[in-house]
Amino acid sequence: MEKPFNNRAWFMVLPVFIIVAFSAILPLMTVVNYSVQDTFGNNQFFWNGIGWFKELLDPSSELGGRFIDAMFRNFLFSFLILLIEIPLGIAVALAMPRQGWTVSVSLVLLALPLLIPWNVVGTIWQVFGRTDIGLLGWGLTSLGIDYNYVSGVLAAWITIIIMDVWHWTSLVVLLCYAGLRSIPDAFYQAARIDGASRWAIFRAIQLPKMSRVLVIAVLLRFMDSFMIYTEPFVVTGGGPGNATTFISIDLVKIALGQFDLGKAAALSLVYNLIILTVCWVFYTVMTHYESKDGRARP
Amino acid sequence: MRGSRFVLVSYIVFLLLPIYWLVNMSLKTNTEITGPLTLFPHELTFDNYIKIFTDSSWYMGYVHAVQYVVINTVISVTLALPAAYAFSRYRFVGDKHLFFWLLTNRMAPAAVFALPFFNLYQAVGLFDTVWAVALAHCLFNVPLAVWILEGFISGVPREIDETAQIDGYSFPHYFVKIFIPLIGNGIGVAAFFCFMFSWVELLLARTLTAVEAKPISAIMTRTVSAAGMDWGLLAAAGVLTIVPGAIVIYFVRNYIAKGFALGRV
Repeated sequence: MEKPFNNRAWFMVLPVFIIVAFSAILPLMTVVNYSVQDTFGNNQFFWNGIGWFKELLDPSSELGGRFIDAMFRNFLFSFLILLIEIPLGIAVALAMPRQGWTVSVSLVLLALPLLIPWNVVGTIWQVFGRTDIGLLGWGLTSLGIDYNYVSGVLAAWITIIIMDVWHWTSLVVLLCYAGLRSIPDAFYQAARIDGASRWAIFRAIQLPKMSRVLVIAVLLRFMDSFMIYTEPFVVTGGGPGNATTFISIDLVKIALGQFDLGKAAALSLVYNLIILTVCWVFYTVMTHYESKDGRARP
Repeated sequence: MRGSRFVLVSYIVFLLLPIYWLVNMSLKTNTEITGPLTLFPHELTFDNYIKIFTDSSWYMGYVHAVQYVVINTVISVTLALPAAYAFSRYRFVGDKHLFFWLLTNRMAPAAVFALPFFNLYQAVGLFDTVWAVALAHCLFNVPLAVWILEGFISGVPREIDETAQIDGYSFPHYFVKIFIPLIGNGIGVAAFFCFMFSWVELLLARTLTAVEAKPISAIMTRTVSAAGMDWGLLAAAGVLTIVPGAIVIYFVRNYIAKGFALGRV
């Protein structure tokens, strides 16, 4: 049934529009304003045109070089965590019990890391990885492994990746589990009668049923990891050197640390534009899936 | 099935190990923490927790955090309900664009908004109040609530709306008396997610507060950067931030996935 056309529905949407516009459009206007100006302090601004943008997108300049490096690290990070979290999430979701009290217990325990404030997640791993007082760092060191996330680039990366896996794989698990639960038992019975192997069941029944939620999982994880700030900031502070400085860490450093408003604003806009593009892909893919196999009814 | 049991149990152990370590540390004295590693507290102490519950500069952090989380959740869900209904039931000029624009705000990096928000809330005189943080978090929570609720509302057949209309219910009466109870689960899930994302966010909460409204997460980072490391206290504060989440999860455990999928599982 087609939805009726009624422009008075705007009145119901208006409050949301106003509050989101107040918190999104107004600040963004400030950012646009700053991005085309320069200042020598004392609230004296002068026109700088697209100067900041030119500098930002020019890899040979100081700002541009920083930006390109940070963006590369962002993409690498997102790629690595997706590579680990998606298969691991599917595996754990397949291992979930299907009924009984263990379901509730597993769900609560799985969701636990998702509800921890992000800086506490950082603190937990900062402490856990320390070689003097942390179980992980101490354990690795006593096994004779040279592990120190404060000085070693590799160790720092491994630490923040394991932290992200710890923090967010449960999201993938929960989504896949919800997808798996929508498979009727009759499907499995039919597969058993046909003598299908475990792998065949996965490929022919479970994976197709999960594909929709997997798309959501991949895109949510990509976007949230692409704007990650708090957790690596608490653990490594962007170091050693700049090894774990992501775009948002750099942005906050420029904006609130150095109060370099023009640079920060130009960076914000480009950063936002990247996210917007990805968002559009997300939206298109998702609505495409919804129109293809009909809207899932709760 | 033994293999799958093993996968699940080892994954959960992996999840719980760091949390166990935090709890373990919070019950130790600082001399024991910095001394040789011990797997459980040998000198059990609750001093760290007592300090947090008796020192107002600590426990007020939790009060502030709860205040803005609750304000934000109430605002988000109340405003999102009619909007979600409109998106689910009607077509109107610009509906698709508006819906997409809302999603982009859910995805916007908080780092981009930190500085402009700082200026904005200072200009309107709300800086360093719980209201500033509550309103700032609306940026991503209102769109999230709209998306989740729209998913749930679309699951209620439109025939119910029409039947109520034929039965002579006025729209507001119908909406409050019949419709809202029907999507009770959805409202619960939306509220949970607003609670969650407001609770876990640090960057905006830290930027928009200075003294009067500082949330616990920001107080914690202050203590970390201070010279003397009080590990036990830090761990205890961390443990206490996990508790509210753990309690709320229990009530929504069966709907969490649906909320994460923005109401679309």
